[in-house]
Amino acid sequence: MSPLSRRSFLTVGAAAGAGLVIGFYLPHGSSSNEAFSPNAYLRITPENKVTIVVARSEMGQGVRTALPMILAEELEADWKQIEIEQAGASTLYGDQTTGGSASVHTTWDPMRKAGAAAREMLISAAAITWGVPRSSCTAENGSIVHASSKRRLSYGELASKAATLPIPTDAPLKQSKDYKIVGKRIPRVDTPAKVQGASVFGIDYRLPGMKYAVLSRCPTIGGKVTSFDDKESKKISGVSYVGKISDAAVAVVADSVWGAMEGRRVLNVSWDDGPNKDLNSATVSASLKQAASKKGVSLYSAGNVSKASGRRISAEYELPFMAHAPMEPGNCTAHYQGSLCELWAPTQVPQDCRDSVAQAIGLDPDQVKVNVTMMGGGFGRRLEHDYAVEAAQVSKAINGPVQVLWTREDDMRFSTYRPASLHQLSAVLDGQGWPAAFTHRIIAPSISGQKGLPTPNGVDPDLPDEGALIYPIENASVEYVMTQTPVPLGWMRSVYALQAAFATESFVDELAESAGKDPLEYRLHLLAKDQDVPFFTTTWHSARMRAALQMAANKANWSKPLPAGRYRGVACFGCFSSYMAEVVEISMEKDQPRVQRVVAVVDCGQVVNPSILEQQIQGGIVFALSNALRAKITIEKGRVVQGNFDDYPPLRMEETPAVEVYSVPSTETPTGIGEPSVPPLAPALCNAMYSATKKRIRALPILS
Amino acid sequence: MADITLRVNGSEKKVSVSPETPLLWVLRDTLELTGTKFGCGAGLCGACTVHVDGAAVRSCSTPVSQVTGKNIMTIEGLGANGLHPLQQAWIAEEVPQCGYCQVGQIMAAAALLAKTPNPSDEQITQGMNGNICRCGTYERIRKAIHRAANAAGAR
Repeated sequence: MSPLSRRSFLTVGAAAGAGLVIGFYLPHGSSSNEAFSPNAYLRITPENKVTIVVARSEMGQGVRTALPMILAEELEADWKQIEIEQAGASTLYGDQTTGGSASVHTTWDPMRKAGAAAREMLISAAAITWGVPRSSCTAENGSIVHASSKRRLSYGELASKAATLPIPTDAPLKQSKDYKIVGKRIPRVDTPAKVQGASVFGIDYRLPGMKYAVLSRCPTIGGKVTSFDDKESKKISGVSYVGKISDAAVAVVADSVWGAMEGRRVLNVSWDDGPNKDLNSATVSASLKQAASKKGVSLYSAGNVSKASGRRISAEYELPFMAHAPMEPGNCTAHYQGSLCELWAPTQVPQDCRDSVAQAIGLDPDQVKVNVTMMGGGFGRRLEHDYAVEAAQVSKAINGPVQVLWTREDDMRFSTYRPASLHQLSAVLDGQGWPAAFTHRIIAPSISGQKGLPTPNGVDPDLPDEGALIYPIENASVEYVMTQTPVPLGWMRSVYALQAAFATESFVDELAESAGKDPLEYRLHLLAKDQDVPFFTTTWHSARMRAALQMAANKANWSKPLPAGRYRGVACFGCFSSYMAEVVEISMEKDQPRVQRVVAVVDCGQVVNPSILEQQIQGGIVFALSNALRAKITIEKGRVVQGNFDDYPPLRMEETPAVEVYSVPSTETPTGIGEPSVPPLAPALCNAMYSATKKRIRALPILS
Repeated sequence: MADITLRVNGSEKKVSVSPETPLLWVLRDTLELTGTKFGCGAGLCGACTVHVDGAAVRSCSTPVSQVTGKNIMTIEGLGANGLHPLQQAWIAEEVPQCGYCQVGQIMAAAALLAKTPNPSDEQITQGMNGNICRCGTYERIRKAIHRAANAAGAR
């Protein structure tokens, strides 16, 4: 469902107490579900406490700061006075999923409207109180002011009166030139606690009498528990329970994490390896190649690619499974109490946790309460809800509060992985070397398909946002061939955009090389006309991509020669409704690239907080460089090989380049920023390596 | 099980745990000092970094029996008397994103500055390379360490 198709409705409700509550309806996530839910995002008490509720999860991307900034701007609030409240799973908040770089994008209008309506009601309340015309009153910094009589009332003083007034449906929204909060480097609200170790992540949650559990899971994908012997486990001090909690897992419960881990170490489980015991990475790769001959579903089609004549160039690109590996391993705390189960979950999907826990332990969804904790990274891993289900199952089994914790090896081996994929690209070049035809076939399993979610018309629903062809080439086609794999799949930061951009932007470089043209000039030529590119359900604008690319080239001094031993590459891509261009500058040390500098330019519409934007892009590029250089999950005998940061090594400080971040000035609706910086990095890096070595890298990771 | 006396953040704590229990779990589960984090359990990521007699140590791989009688300091002790200059610098440079690894980063940086009050970029890389940040905050960490070093030098 396109976030832009979501309609919002304003409503007002009575506060607990005599305050003012402004809420609005957001439709529920599924387009087939027309049940809209009321919700309150703003609470102002007569004591002048102004609380803004955040119904998205904070995993480092800054939503607990950015979303309240949007509402506070329209409210004309005093930012220093705002208190932030994290919402748990609720029927009141519409779809609470935090993902798809969508939090600011989808809440921009509703948050602004809620703030504006509240502001107008507070103005009315003051005008009535003073017996003066509304037009003589203004809202500023948490108060309504009557300038001519120099009177002033705080929002708290006006709260009770405002709560009795009708809600305006057409409250005017501010112009961006008048913004005082949005667009400013407002410090993040979560920083002070995080530098003092006082922030409560999921793993830090404690309940009186709480036990700790680790699970022994079948190492073979799809395998099951046959039997287990807990004699040795029960000898470990503090171990209080060992039991099978699902077909595929045995839980060991103790009074400390260490006790549970020791109990698991000596636990003897017999496994039924199931149907995948012969699966390995080579068979996965072969199955992709085999599927490549199948007819695909069209994602994009312009002109007629078969009519073009000229010189044909083709190439195949391949990418492996990758793991999110957030620093805080999976965990969840649960307290089952018969007719109620309460959870404290580091989750991107509190409502999915509620629903799947209810199903797993035989309760109704309204008997499950999910509180959202701070998260030590997410990157999409916490869009799953396995950790919550396990915690509820163990809590029910022991009839008491418990925290289930995954070790790093658990996280690496029982994750859901970025799909491995194969890409077939082909172009026909005309006499000048420009593409008269361009085709991209994406051969990959569907994440949604594997999970039993809808795949309309045989297309994974993520691909329209992530499989873009950003260039308005006259004859072009992008097709998708859906494959199957038993390897568990998940949405990992930038999802399919990483694969699509690596293939497309590497191949465009091959075309430029073949045409004997500068790779930047080649791309700018392809983007030269202002044109819409209607890609499946998304529309891209070549002018915005061109402006971002040109800005990146200027900032990177593309037209100036580099010193000896330095090489550079460029790539651009559109995903999550944002436009991103990156220039990567490298040196070569032995046969390995050393990234020296990255210039990154984004057009994501109106920037809400430039400091958070820079964090997201700097971090996205480091994440992408980890992926490009070394990220590879391999399968042997149905099992994930990698286990920890030694064989799945993330980037460290020594390899981190200087990253310069710029944004194209814009007052358009804000779009995604958490993910768009990831996809262009690998192709820009590989293009720089080509410049250095004249060798084309067509498979990731680079250092495999 | 053994009765062990630890000196944590300046006070004596008596705990009853198996002697091979990693210090990390004694801090987190027994003493409820949850600022120190679990990241890998194998000394690979530095999320669990604490100070033992002033040196940065991976508490996930340090049996508690090895640190009896020594001065253990965690993040809860580092800022006990007001924010440490590094914590102030971390705020000023807006370093944390998810923040999970930052406690370990700050403890590693504090041990670095104690030995090398004005570190070069190279020395910062050497001192901090054992600490992983998946959010990719490394360049801001570097800036914050320089900022804290400069602030200390200016006093």
